[in-house]
Amino acid sequence: MAAISRDEVAHLARLSRLAVTEDELDRFAGQLDVILQAVARVGEAGAGDDIPPTSHSVPLTNVFRDDVVQPSLAQADVLAGAPDAAEGRFRVPRILDEEA
Amino acid sequence: MTDVTSLTAAQIAGLVASGEASAAEVTRAHLDRIAAVDDRVHAFLHVDTQGAVQAAEAVDRRRAAGEELGPLAGVPIAVKDVLTTRGVPTTAASKILEGWRPPYDSTVVERLRAAGTVMLGKTNMDEFAMGSSTEYSAYGPTNNPWDLGRIPGGSGGGSAAALAAYEAPLAIGTDTGGSIRQPGAVTGTVGAKPTYGGTSRYGLIAFSSSLDTPGPCARTVEDTALLHSVIAGHDPRDSTSIPQPVPDVVAAARLGATGDLTGVRLGIVSEFNGEGAEPGVMAAFRESIEALTKLGAEVVEVSCPNFQYALPAYYLIAPSEASSNLARFDGVRYGLRAGDDGQRSLEEVMSMTREAGFGAEVKRRIIIGTYALSSGYYDAYYGQAQKVRTLITRDFESAFERVDVLVSPTTPFVAFPFGSRTADPYQMYLSDLYTIPTNLYGGPAISVPCGLSEGLPVGFQIMAPTMADDRMYRVGAALESAVGTFTPPAL
Repeated sequence: MAAISRDEVAHLARLSRLAVTEDELDRFAGQLDVILQAVARVGEAGAGDDIPPTSHSVPLTNVFRDDVVQPSLAQADVLAGAPDAAEGRFRVPRILDEEA
Repeated sequence: MTDVTSLTAAQIAGLVASGEASAAEVTRAHLDRIAAVDDRVHAFLHVDTQGAVQAAEAVDRRRAAGEELGPLAGVPIAVKDVLTTRGVPTTAASKILEGWRPPYDSTVVERLRAAGTVMLGKTNMDEFAMGSSTEYSAYGPTNNPWDLGRIPGGSGGGSAAALAAYEAPLAIGTDTGGSIRQPGAVTGTVGAKPTYGGTSRYGLIAFSSSLDTPGPCARTVEDTALLHSVIAGHDPRDSTSIPQPVPDVVAAARLGATGDLTGVRLGIVSEFNGEGAEPGVMAAFRESIEALTKLGAEVVEVSCPNFQYALPAYYLIAPSEASSNLARFDGVRYGLRAGDDGQRSLEEVMSMTREAGFGAEVKRRIIIGTYALSSGYYDAYYGQAQKVRTLITRDFESAFERVDVLVSPTTPFVAFPFGSRTADPYQMYLSDLYTIPTNLYGGPAISVPCGLSEGLPVGFQIMAPTMADDRMYRVGAALESAVGTFTPPAL
């Protein structure tokens, strides 16, 4: 049985904000199915409730620093890399539907 | 004088310090070499001729003024294009960052500049460091100097190839699942992944934040150690940076070079029994074990029963973190924006931008990560992979109660021809079979050239406990003293 269907891949692509093409969906569905079937083997390791998860290998929690103001990047330097900027800000496409 | 491009970094630094060569002439020789061969190798995405010449002249001025120079001052270096460089293009080999000039330096690059090394340019890689061959670079692959029809490894294939082609004596890579060590292995060069947290991730374009580790690459173990000591050490700008002194890797490499390994215990992992590996790779590995035994090392077989789950766990954890990290490429603050016609919504423009800017492998991993993190699948995939990570760490810890280091081949196969593993992405993933366990554990590991199989280089991997990076340099330098270094045919 397939681990993932073409429709599921299309749904995940939408969630991931990827406007994938029909050709890509055809190709990815098969490839991702092979990968997911292979990685599902993590379930065979027998890691039950008694095994804590590891998110990170460094035994550090809550790294604090003194609250001292440091120099930051110049606004012009940062905006220079933006695809569109205006009035000292990043310019973005519309985020709201037009009001009637 | 012999051609400076054939010298080690230590030799070049010695010539510059004594005044026998200027940093400017050393830099020019390497820029000339790049101009002569890089159209065939394609190790570089960007050569910063002007910046390199200026940095070299600054070193020469400092020397003339009688200033104390560091151990690598005046030595040229190539930097993987995933580390930010102020004012110098940084793309992570992706179209989504084409033309971007970062407003700041990564910590690694800042330390390289402070040490007086001379950055020649930025090297090619698999897009966002996702791959094992550089075939997933949006700007075309790098060719292996040993055979231009074969892959140079990945993701840091450009850095490794630059070394093998004598375009640079030093290079920086990043290792998330083997991206320093596997390219080192297939190009006959040395590559070290430091302890996670031993080198700063500040300014490293994130792929998988709990695994990404910048590290040194060179043609000799001593050069690799010298570079390691320049870039490593605590950085308050990286919250996972370890606030401890850097192990003395240079002293360890020099100790190893004396060829005495008396009392050193090497562990061979029973589960890495050669299944799926090429016979020539296993033969070179066994011969190296014999050579190390002759130097006094003791060999013990240890079992790491959970290593077999490392590859599946990694290919859930890394894509999951990537799907989150790559959300920042939204067409707003930097890089590409596609489809913004003044009518389309932010969400449409974002989706079109990411579709146009990311390559197929990056999209595959984002989708897998999104799947593994989605409710209903989280426990079976990501949650389970994190538990496997605990089991693998325990395997390492119990092994290191019995041995000083673990050893294995670096990768199951020598450099393969272009196109032979791209049709089935999982075949590409198998390149990382032996390198991935270390990344999940967080310890250091190095790949050192150990022989040839059918005329192509084989790498020997040495894995050490967390913050015991010095151990792998000692064993690596001893191996190098026994088997020598390997030079590709003239280009």
